[in-house]
Amino acid sequence: MDNRLIVSSSPHLRADDSINRIMRDVVIALLPATLAGIYFFRMGAVKVILAAIIAAVVTEAVIQKVRKQPVTINDWSAVVTGLLLAFNIPATAPWWLPVIGSIFAIAIVKHTFGGLGHNFMNPALAARAMLLASWPVPMTNWVTPGADAVSTATPLALISGTEAAGQALPSMVDLLIGNVGGCIGETSAILLILGGVYLIFRGVITPRIPVIYISTVAVLTFVLGGGFSLQYMIYQVLAGGLMLGAFYMATDYASSPVTPKGQVIYALGCGILTSIIRLYGGYPEGVSYSILLMNVAAPLIDKYTSPRVFGEVK
Amino acid sequence: MGFLSFRGGVHPPHFKEATTRLKVEKAKEPAVVTIPLQQHIGAPCEPIVKVGDQVKVGQKIGETSAFVSTPVHSSVSGTVKQIARMLTPTGEAVCIVIESDGLNTVHENVIPKGDISNLSGKEILSIIKDAGIVGMGGAAFPTHVKLSPPPEKKIEEIVLNGAECEPYLTADHRLMLENPDDIIYGLKAMMKVLNVTKAYIGIEDNKPDAIESMKRAVEKESGIQVVGLHTKYPQGAEKQLIYACTKKEVPSGGLPMDVGVVVNNVGTAAAIANVIKTGMPLVERIATITGKGIKDPKNLLIKIGTPFKEIIEQCGGYNGNPGKVIMGGPMMGLAQYTDEIPAIKGTSGILVLSQEEARLPEPKPCIRCGKCVEICPAFIQPLYISAYALQNMHETAEKYNALDCIECGSCSFICPSKRPLLQSIRVSKREIIAKKRKTK
Repeated sequence: MDNRLIVSSSPHLRADDSINRIMRDVVIALLPATLAGIYFFRMGAVKVILAAIIAAVVTEAVIQKVRKQPVTINDWSAVVTGLLLAFNIPATAPWWLPVIGSIFAIAIVKHTFGGLGHNFMNPALAARAMLLASWPVPMTNWVTPGADAVSTATPLALISGTEAAGQALPSMVDLLIGNVGGCIGETSAILLILGGVYLIFRGVITPRIPVIYISTVAVLTFVLGGGFSLQYMIYQVLAGGLMLGAFYMATDYASSPVTPKGQVIYALGCGILTSIIRLYGGYPEGVSYSILLMNVAAPLIDKYTSPRVFGEVK
Repeated sequence: MGFLSFRGGVHPPHFKEATTRLKVEKAKEPAVVTIPLQQHIGAPCEPIVKVGDQVKVGQKIGETSAFVSTPVHSSVSGTVKQIARMLTPTGEAVCIVIESDGLNTVHENVIPKGDISNLSGKEILSIIKDAGIVGMGGAAFPTHVKLSPPPEKKIEEIVLNGAECEPYLTADHRLMLENPDDIIYGLKAMMKVLNVTKAYIGIEDNKPDAIESMKRAVEKESGIQVVGLHTKYPQGAEKQLIYACTKKEVPSGGLPMDVGVVVNNVGTAAAIANVIKTGMPLVERIATITGKGIKDPKNLLIKIGTPFKEIIEQCGGYNGNPGKVIMGGPMMGLAQYTDEIPAIKGTSGILVLSQEEARLPEPKPCIRCGKCVEICPAFIQPLYISAYALQNMHETAEKYNALDCIECGSCSFICPSKRPLLQSIRVSKREIIAKKRKTK
């Protein structure tokens, strides 16, 4: 034989799957909600989304170049981070806000901790928390969807009565399709669910985290929200960042537990914290802080939920 | 029909279409055979012939007194040309090279042993041992050892493995279609040895014709049940197969006999039937020669000791430049350095991958997707064990139950980052075991 055979340890067959495919699938899943965000919030949304994505990709490339690592911007992971961050920013924000957020997400949260797979928190959410603490006013400058945007409050702020009392609550249908005030990507519940179902169907995520997270919030707001109101519960589930958080943020691989049992505990924790913050906290919205808190607990949860080994005798 | 299964596992593409409908053909007579004295797990044999000796088909040419070992026999009649260390599919071993005279004169000891109804369990066991029968699924563990459990272990049932969960391979499938009666005969012989009345034959549901064929063959047998298994890799892994058939979990670190079960391959059963009926020891076996790198894939009945090269030539030769030559299936098979090695008792198949298929993927960072944890049939956490293994932290890897790994390769298969999960866990396992030996 004139050519040399390749010799390696088994298995010799690999699944047709890759980081690129997974990240690309997340972008595809987010596409309908992205288009809806652009439809509802017009040029403001386009500006924020582009600024966030470009800043994220450029930051990743620069850091990897400087550190003489292979540049991996074509694995789509920076695009996902940028897009998710943009989803968490109102369309009225100035262009530099998403840029600073993306740089923080990629440089601080992702790369100082070891890059892809090593971030201890969801980079987009950590950046959102940073922006919200640093620039609270532009980060909460909500407007009504459409061309003639006027100042408004988010539906959650309206029902919790923290601001803009007297404004009419948007209808359930508006809430479902996203015709309400809020961040660019967290308004259209139905399109976010559609993308989430796509991710489950493609095997990118399991239903475990989103289903348990959303059900926990549903049950707790129904029981503790006062009056066992079904309408209030549905409102809590559809409004705000719950869909975005449950399907796309809490399921971030690096910052969630890997064990199935751990994922159940983690999702329950997210649901409980979100409900407590929404019902009893000062903020109308609690999704991002609950996920960040549970992110930090994930390694501990993993440690205590090691699966029982096949045949293990306890 | 409700199909039985285990928890975890993956769904690799089957790749069985190329040979699944092809009858087993008898391979061309080899002119020279190279028979390794170690083709099995356990102690190697000592040669009992000398260079220049005349040997016949079925003649014992190597044996040992060690219990965990098994004799080897000549697969041709002819002259012993050389006894030397040579390359075999499982590493270097002493081999006996025999030049065939083309006559295939059968040795005088090769005579029918009678019927299982007249033979005692002890007699059958010694026939199996003398015939050099090993596990035909690929691991080649001496069968007589499996059939001699210590007296305190009460064996209740036998599970016969017809799952053939490795992609590409169809040797067991064809055997179940073409020779179901021998499988049942051999199974009954094993049942007699172990004095059990219950047996299962587990077959994956991607082989409905094999399930049918085996069901017909056991129609009149009371204690034998053919069970359809969900098609999922590694359905044919010993512990997973036992779980699927009997819902018993072999304890961690234990053996099937700890739950009163003995597992054997359908090919092993057929080999046992063959030696009882004809007296011919294990000198040939069915193998699937397949893959994109083979022009004309086939199921062949090959003589032990036939060079891979000759077998591949009979299948039309290589299709382009081969990338990888694997003995066995793609999930657990052994990649070979050369095709100038002999087929051995454990050669369930020869798989040739094209250069494109063989190219090693470049590992990317672990993204903690948790897929390896989700699918691990041993319920361990490959990502952590592998990470510690790669840092040479083998004690920590052991704490994460590295030794429970069954080396099925599902984790490496599923990993989107193409990380060498099993490959590194395997290194850790060897280190841990080596250290244990030293401290003993």
